[in-house]
Formats: sequence, structure tokens, C-alpha cells
Amino acid sequence: MKQRQQTGTGTEQMDRGKVLDTLFVQGTRFFAWMVLVIILAVLFALGKGALPALEKFGPGFLASSSWNPVTEDFGALVSIYGTVVTSIIAMLIGVPVSFGIALFITELCPVWLKRPVGIAIELLAAIPSIIYGMWGLFIFAPLFADHVEPWLNSRFAGVPLLGSLLTGPPMGIGMATAGIILAIMIIPFMTAVMRDMFEVVPDVLKESAYGIGATTWEVVRRVVLPYTRAGVIGGIMLGLGRAMGETMAVTFVIGNTNRIHASLLMPGNTISSSLANEFTEAVGEMYTSSLIALGLILFFITFIVLALSKLLLHRLSRQEGLRT
Amino acid sequence: MKRIGTKNRVAAWLAVVAASALLIGGTTVSAKVTEISGAGATFPYPVYAKWAAAYKEKTGVRLNYQSIGSGGGIKQIKAKTVDFGASDAPLKAADLDKSGLMQFPMIMGGVVPVVNLPGITPGAIRLTNAVLADIYLGKITRWNDSRIKAENSDLQLPDKAITVVHRSDGSGTTWIFTNYLSKVSSEWKDKVGNNKAVAWPVGVGGKGNEGVASYVKRLKGSIGYVEYAYALQNRLTYVKLKNRDGGYVVPSSATFQAAAANADWSHAPGFYMVLTNQPGKDSWPITGASFILVYKTQAKPETGKAVLEFFDWCYRNGADMAAELDYVPMPDKVADLVRSAWKQQIRDANGQPVWK
Repeated sequence: MKQRQQTGTGTEQMDRGKVLDTLFVQGTRFFAWMVLVIILAVLFALGKGALPALEKFGPGFLASSSWNPVTEDFGALVSIYGTVVTSIIAMLIGVPVSFGIALFITELCPVWLKRPVGIAIELLAAIPSIIYGMWGLFIFAPLFADHVEPWLNSRFAGVPLLGSLLTGPPMGIGMATAGIILAIMIIPFMTAVMRDMFEVVPDVLKESAYGIGATTWEVVRRVVLPYTRAGVIGGIMLGLGRAMGETMAVTFVIGNTNRIHASLLMPGNTISSSLANEFTEAVGEMYTSSLIALGLILFFITFIVLALSKLLLHRLSRQEGLRT
Repeated sequence: MKRIGTKNRVAAWLAVVAASALLIGGTTVSAKVTEISGAGATFPYPVYAKWAAAYKEKTGVRLNYQSIGSGGGIKQIKAKTVDFGASDAPLKAADLDKSGLMQFPMIMGGVVPVVNLPGITPGAIRLTNAVLADIYLGKITRWNDSRIKAENSDLQLPDKAITVVHRSDGSGTTWIFTNYLSKVSSEWKDKVGNNKAVAWPVGVGGKGNEGVASYVKRLKGSIGYVEYAYALQNRLTYVKLKNRDGGYVVPSSATFQAAAANADWSHAPGFYMVLTNQPGKDSWPITGASFILVYKTQAKPETGKAVLEFFDWCYRNGADMAAELDYVPMPDKVADLVRSAWKQQIRDANGQPVWK
């Protein structure tokens, strides 16, 4: 120690820097590993809780549409179906709309309008989901029941496929309403991500494309989109993840019935709404365990979606290599 | 070396834990209990909250009640995280013995079928038990069905589909309602059964009493079931029911009391008593009591005593407050039975009675 002090303050400072640096590196490493540990712990806890149900019902749990707390006979099919269908509706509406909004803000919007619209989008993204649920139940569902569903009924009655999908009693609550509310909820998220992505495209690239006579659409299609592909897909996945996991808003408007109906206007159920509804009152091992098993399934569905999106990105970047 | 080190450390920790346990135990014995905690049923929550506020003003003892649902209340008291649990569905005597709990009834109320039929006033439409069961079974699907018309020749019933509304969450209200349906319809008993959540044959589910109330208000031609207070607050159209003695009754504290009056609490082991489908011409058929659960052996007798003192005060002074909120208080006779059960059954760790 004494010797070091004698050699001068420079080395001492360097030593201190080294210590701080190691602390910093170890600290960040610790937190990064924590993420992995937490995921594994969640998986472990879910797996352990779900074990009794999975042992009793086996793979049939996924295919059974029964959910009877009295006889303790449980299956996940209805909830999985509801989760998937409402998410698909949400994506069908949400992706094109948020894509359009983001493009408008970055490419077409007059400068004075950019900030207000941008801020409005961010504010929408900050609204808690339960507010969307209440709005859905008290404002949107009545409008949907009185004006849209009768029209759907008269328009699509007797049409093959669409007829069974889009007709039903005009209740205003059901899978379609849940999907639309979800779409409205995820649009601000996806728009915000896409806008940030589109904004980082270098002007030089866009201007050169315009310079050689490209139309706005061609610039978007050939320059902006390829440049931001990873980010856009990331944003869509973020929205999809939120749509699949959304609980309260869906519980308010989906009708919470454990049956699969052909019509989208009929009530249904999702994994997260089942959990929200029934977890507090689930007495008995098999009931609780079946609900935890539902949670585990949701975990896996999200995982699969994420894996598929990575695969898609990988494919796209490979194709890119081939084309040039 | 290392081994001895860890052992020492474990010993040290044990000492610390033991010391702090002594300290905590010591303080609870000497200090007066100022807070009691409970969790469970949502149905009696408004009246418990009102009692608790009045009781705090009188005695300074605060009640921390979490209305997380009957099932949650049972789970919490079994996990010993609260001083008492509350449940709308009574536990069977065998189940109580297994977990060392005792239960007693605290308050009564009624479950009320409500409809949304424009032009029909509250209490105007008459339903028999069998018709109500068949509506919930999905066998009667339209309001102008001949079996509904037969009892309501004076009403103009619309040619409208019936939308059945039920609770989507597990609930003591559902337990009482399905208990009643199981008693009046053997088909319901065989096909669906009696529980806090069941596999409903038809209908849409609303979350909580308020969820069902808002769905019924929303959907024309719907029928649902809610606690009486919610039917009043939301000005819903309640129905007249034909009880088992053939009398048509509207829901009111008088008809709930009539149902409760017939109950023979003194011969109900563990206070297991369901008040649905009771005899008597004036009895509302879907009446139920809400129960409190406490441990028979109180590890912290001071706290246990504070809990019993609170409920004793409620039995003595809470009747008017309960009536204001459209609940039915327990009769004095039943309160006396409960007190003597406390004296006999609730003991501290040394076997001394907690309630004297």
C-alpha cells in the first residue's frame, strides 16, 4: 500500500477505476443473469403448480373443451381458442392501422401536426387497460350492439362461412368486441415503435430514392420498410404479446363463457380472463392446478410466437443476402 | 473449519429468530390489540365496513377486512395470514374439524333474479322455481314461452330470446343460487350441480355482482341474479318467485327474515345451515347466510378475543346499520347460540376458554 502511494496518484486512480469497472461489469452481468434465472423460476413454479392437472388429464387437457368445477373435469381448448381468435382479430385490425398512422406521422404529415399526433399516441399508450375495458363495456358495446351487429346480421345472413362467423344475437359483448377493443389498445404501442423506427431511416437514402423518381409508396416499400424490418416486426410482436396477455379489458367485454361458438358475436373466454375470473375462488387442488396449467400454456404460446418471429427475421435477412 | 462456521451461523440466526419471536409474542400479550384482520366474502363487505367504522369510533380497534371472495377468505385463514375468514358458503362440519376451524353465521341476505324487459315493472313478472331452473338450463329460450305465459296472463311478454346472465367469477352468490336450483330441479342437480362456479349450460358471464347488473341493464331480454342490495341500487326489475309452499313473494327484508325464521340453528352441527328453499308461505326461496371462520385453538388469545369482541358488538349493536344496507341481521336467539359455542369451542394454547 505504502509503496503504491509513493509511486503517485495516477496509478491509484487507475486502480480505483479498475475496481469500479469490475464492479460495473459484474453488476450488469448479475442483472442480465437474473433475467434468465427469473424466467426459469417462473417456468419451474408454473410447471410445479400445473403438474397435478397435467398428470390427471394428460395431453387431452389441450383438446378438451370441458370446464366443470363441480365434477373437477377441466380442459384448456376453449380458453386457447379464445386467446388465439381475439388476438388474430386484434392483429388484423391493429397492424394495418398502426402501420398507416406511423407512416403518416413520419413521411406525410405536415410538420406542425407531427408533435400533437405523436403526443396523443403516447398518451393513448399510457391509458391503463381497465379504462379500455370500461369504455368497451359502457360505450362501445352498446354502439356495437345497436348499430353494427344488426347490420352484420342482415348483411351476412345466409352467406356461406362468413354467415356463421359474423351473425348472432346482437349483444354487443363477445369475441368480436374483445378483439376490436384489443386492437384499439395495441395500436398506440405498435404505432409508437414503428414511428421511432421509421424516423431513424437516413434522409440520404430516402432522398436518393425520391431523386431517381420513386413515388412515396415505392420509397416506403423499397427503402423504409427493408431498413426498419426488424424493428417493425418487433413492434408487431410487442402488440401481439400484449393482446394475448391482456386481462381486464377482455374480461369486461368477452362474455366469459366456456364454450366455442362458430360466431364471433357470441361470448367466449381467453386464458387470461379465465385466470382473472376464477383464481381467487378456486378451492381444491385440481381446480387451482388446472388454472396454473392454463398460465403455463399461455407462457408457451408467447414463447412460440416469439420464436416464430425470430425465425421470420432470420429468413428475411437470408433472402436479402440472396437478392443483392 | 468451514463446516463449524456455517453451523455457528445457523445457530446465531436461530437465536435471533427465537429472540424476536419472544419479543413479538411478549408484546402481543402485554399490549392491547388495536387491529384485527380478516379476509373473504364480498357480499357482506359493505355491512362489515360500516360496522368496522362505527366500532373503531367506539373502541379504537381497527378492522382490516379484504373482500377478496369467499374462496380467498378460506385460503387465507387456512394459511393463517388473517385473524378470521369470511365465506358465503358454509363449510361442512367434517371440513371444519379437519382444519381446526369453527364457523358462525354473521349476517343474512337474499339473492334476487332480475330481468330486463322494457315496460315491465319490478315484481310484476312471476316465475315458478321450475321455470327459473329451465331458463338457466337453456330449455326455455323465449319470453313468450307458454310456461312463462301461464303464470303471467296479465302481462304482454315480448317474442324475444332470453339471454341468461351468470357470474363469471367464482362466488358465494353463485353457490347460494345453484344450491337453490339444485334443490328445486333434479335435472339441474344431475347436470350442473352446486358450487361457487359451475359449468353453465347457457348464457354470458359478468364479473362480480356489478358485472352481472351491468350486463342485465345492457342486454334487452336478459335475466341474471344479484345480491338484493345491487338490485335495489341499480333499480333492476326483480321477479316474483313462487316458493315451495306455493306463495308468490317479492324480495324484501321481510321475506328474507321469514325464510331465516324457520331455520333451526340449534340443531345444525358446526352452524352448517343453508337457507334456500325454506318452508313458509312468505319465505324468499333464495336466502343465504354469510359466515365467519376462526381457529378453535387461538395461538394469540388476545387477538382472538378482540375478534370475538368485535362480532359480539356487531350482534348487539349492528342490526340497524345492517337493515339500512338491506341486509338481515341475525336474531338474538342465534347470537346467544353463537356465544355459547364460542365459550365451549374456542381455546388458547393452554386449553383455557378465550371467550368468557
